[in-house]
Amino acid sequence: MTAVELPAPRRSSLDVVLRARELGIVLALVVLVAVTTISNPRFLSAQSIRDILLGTAILAVLAVGQAVVVITRNIDLSVGSVLGLSAFTVGTLLQNNPRLPVIIALAVGAAVGAAVGVVNGVLVRYGNVPALVVTLGTLYVVRGITYFWAGGQQINADELPSGFLDFGNATFLGVPYLVLIALLVLVVTGVVLRNYRVGRELYAMGSSPQAARLAGIAVGRRTVGAFVVSGALAGLAGVLFAARFGTIDAAAGTGYELNVVAAVVVGGVAVFGGSGTVWGAALGALLLTTIGSSLAVLEINQFWQQAIVGGLILLAIGADRLVAVRVAAGLKKRGSHVS
Amino acid sequence: MADGRPLLSVREVSKSFGAVAAVRDVSFDLYGGEAHALVGENGAGKSTIVKMLAGVHRADSGVIELDGIPLELGTPADAKAAGIAVIYQEPTLFPDLSVAENIAMGRQPLGRFKTIDRAAMVRQAAQLFARLGVSIDPNRPARGLSIADQQLVEIAKALSADARVVVMDEPTAALTGVEVERLFAVARSLRDDGAALMFISHRFEEITALCQRVTIMRDGRHVSTDLLADITVDEMVRKMVGRELGALFPKQDVTPGAVALSVRGLSRDPVFLDVSFDVRAGEIVALAGLVGSGRSEVVQSIFGVDPRDSGTVEVVGRTLRPGSPKQAMAAGVALVPEDRRQQGLLMELSIERNVTLPRSRSLSQLGFLTGGRERRSAREWTQRLKTKYGRLSDEVGTLSGGNQQKVVLAKWLATDPKVLIVDEPTRGIDVGTKAEVHRLMSSLAAEGVAVLMVSSELPEVLGMADRVLVMREGRLVAELTRSEATEESVMFAATGQEAAV
Repeated sequence: MTAVELPAPRRSSLDVVLRARELGIVLALVVLVAVTTISNPRFLSAQSIRDILLGTAILAVLAVGQAVVVITRNIDLSVGSVLGLSAFTVGTLLQNNPRLPVIIALAVGAAVGAAVGVVNGVLVRYGNVPALVVTLGTLYVVRGITYFWAGGQQINADELPSGFLDFGNATFLGVPYLVLIALLVLVVTGVVLRNYRVGRELYAMGSSPQAARLAGIAVGRRTVGAFVVSGALAGLAGVLFAARFGTIDAAAGTGYELNVVAAVVVGGVAVFGGSGTVWGAALGALLLTTIGSSLAVLEINQFWQQAIVGGLILLAIGADRLVAVRVAAGLKKRGSHVS
Repeated sequence: MADGRPLLSVREVSKSFGAVAAVRDVSFDLYGGEAHALVGENGAGKSTIVKMLAGVHRADSGVIELDGIPLELGTPADAKAAGIAVIYQEPTLFPDLSVAENIAMGRQPLGRFKTIDRAAMVRQAAQLFARLGVSIDPNRPARGLSIADQQLVEIAKALSADARVVVMDEPTAALTGVEVERLFAVARSLRDDGAALMFISHRFEEITALCQRVTIMRDGRHVSTDLLADITVDEMVRKMVGRELGALFPKQDVTPGAVALSVRGLSRDPVFLDVSFDVRAGEIVALAGLVGSGRSEVVQSIFGVDPRDSGTVEVVGRTLRPGSPKQAMAAGVALVPEDRRQQGLLMELSIERNVTLPRSRSLSQLGFLTGGRERRSAREWTQRLKTKYGRLSDEVGTLSGGNQQKVVLAKWLATDPKVLIVDEPTRGIDVGTKAEVHRLMSSLAAEGVAVLMVSSELPEVLGMADRVLVMREGRLVAELTRSEATEESVMFAATGQEAAV
């Protein structure tokens, strides 16, 4: 074969446009923080930043799991309920075994979530039911189980071992453990999705389910796998929730699923699957949490928060649509090489 | 080029879908270094063969052997592992992923810690494109690639997998002349490197240009396998169609009246171009051609469901606005669509509601539909068409295919059309009902309705039509009178072989 002149892998203007998505969120964050700080400098106090980061950590772990599922053109609405069940399970376990190491607590929480994930995945894949319906069902079922089990009782901070509560507040080099765990989850998932065959197959499935089947991708196993990851991360988030707040009742995490989906969508993960990153989803979680805190600092009625989040979702989807149309037009133009 | 032993053998393979036998006892061999054409009419079973080779369908009986060893082709992954690559008419790429990634999916080059080595992946793709002599940027997403480029990416995929058997299912259907040339150059080099190529096409000039051997199928059965050197195009056409014309098609002789439908210069880029014809009252005109030649699109554009770029449609001297089925209906046009489940019926609604749907306005009183009028009208029409049903209030979805088709016909005949357009009126219905539908169309024509019929079934076209219009690749290429139209002349026109038989 003759020597081939290879085009150097260059960063096209297209990549810049696509990257602008994450840039947009960062920009929004900067503006938000700047405006809030001017109005009230205490917004940048250590305590305030710590609160935002702890809140983000829990939401980001959930958002990373959700992103994995959404990338495969599915959705997992059961994460809020799974968080509640996991938090209550681990809380009860620690009540009875105060000496249990934190790492075991984390593993138990993840296992509880993974079990629900298996149910979700199997029903979606082999029951051939849309994920929206299946996970809406498990949302209520799991929450019902938690209520039944708790029977109205609540686990208070003084009933939990101090070692576990310390874990919720302790820091390593100034960074809370919760944030470190969220970062670890984010980096591992991000690398797997970007650099491993399994990850690319998830994108492929979301991009074209039909082509994925024809390409010989084990669609069934990967679908179940994505739901297991989402469930396990929701379970893990439940343990983080318990460690942070110390007070757990059966209603823990109610309504979280909508925040999580919002974070993922604002973070630029396409709801039709096939594109988006967990980094974007995590940034979305950071933005939503920061909005919540800043409205409190600015003494704006909390109810406005929902309207703002809603507006942000519409803005994000609108922007995605606009970019998609422009990119498609650009690709068509440089598509043909037949001269 | 080809040595004595076949690379891939298909042995007495059969496949049924429900009661329909799609492929029955088909056997043929593919040799390395040889391009093998698979031809047959629409519905002859070619696509089913392709899907079995691809591992999408599993054969009911029979074996597929590679190098004399039986293959277990249960999933597409099995076919891929066996070195069989299939290139479909509609390429199956991942639009969100880069071209390089599309090619490498499932066997990406790995670096440290089993991570994907992106640089190597892009390099591989670039090398494959260089070998194919095309310049597609490996880094760009697959979204937005032309069909031709998508097919080249599919071929690069087959190359990267070192596929020994490459199946191409009508790859040229959507390509321009230049693109076909480039595809063939690539296919030839693939063949000369020792791969066994299976090529499916309706265009004989392409088959003779590329292939060494041809297998002909008809009605799910193997008819013959010959070296192309030993067979003429005439013989191929005859073997493809060769079946007896039954007395199934009772067309009454009618003297045509005034022009009822007049189409002039109808165009819609790139689907059809400059289509002009007339249909007179009392006449049945067939629109023949291969699937994808633009027939259904033309009639949908006439009815106004599909847009058009230019051209005029006149019904009994009245010009129809483009894109307005409502106006077309008011002018007396009725369209019985090709796909009755999707376009013709509301499967969950009752028989009576379906029959009276296009007339719900005229049947209603003060804006309300009253059950009585609806039921009376529905009963009248279903009885005229001898529809078999339990109760008029039953869901249409519970009826058999033939009776569903009668409900669709009843629905439109009740509007008292001057121009009746039927698209594949007898697809998927049994012989008895078929004859009833044919009798009905014939008697409608005798009553002075102008009938335009799109059909892929040649016997039906020849039996029913007073005139046959043949379309090929979006153009009207032939107009044949009843006496001129034969299976051969229609097939030749439809496939682009003008030579007279």
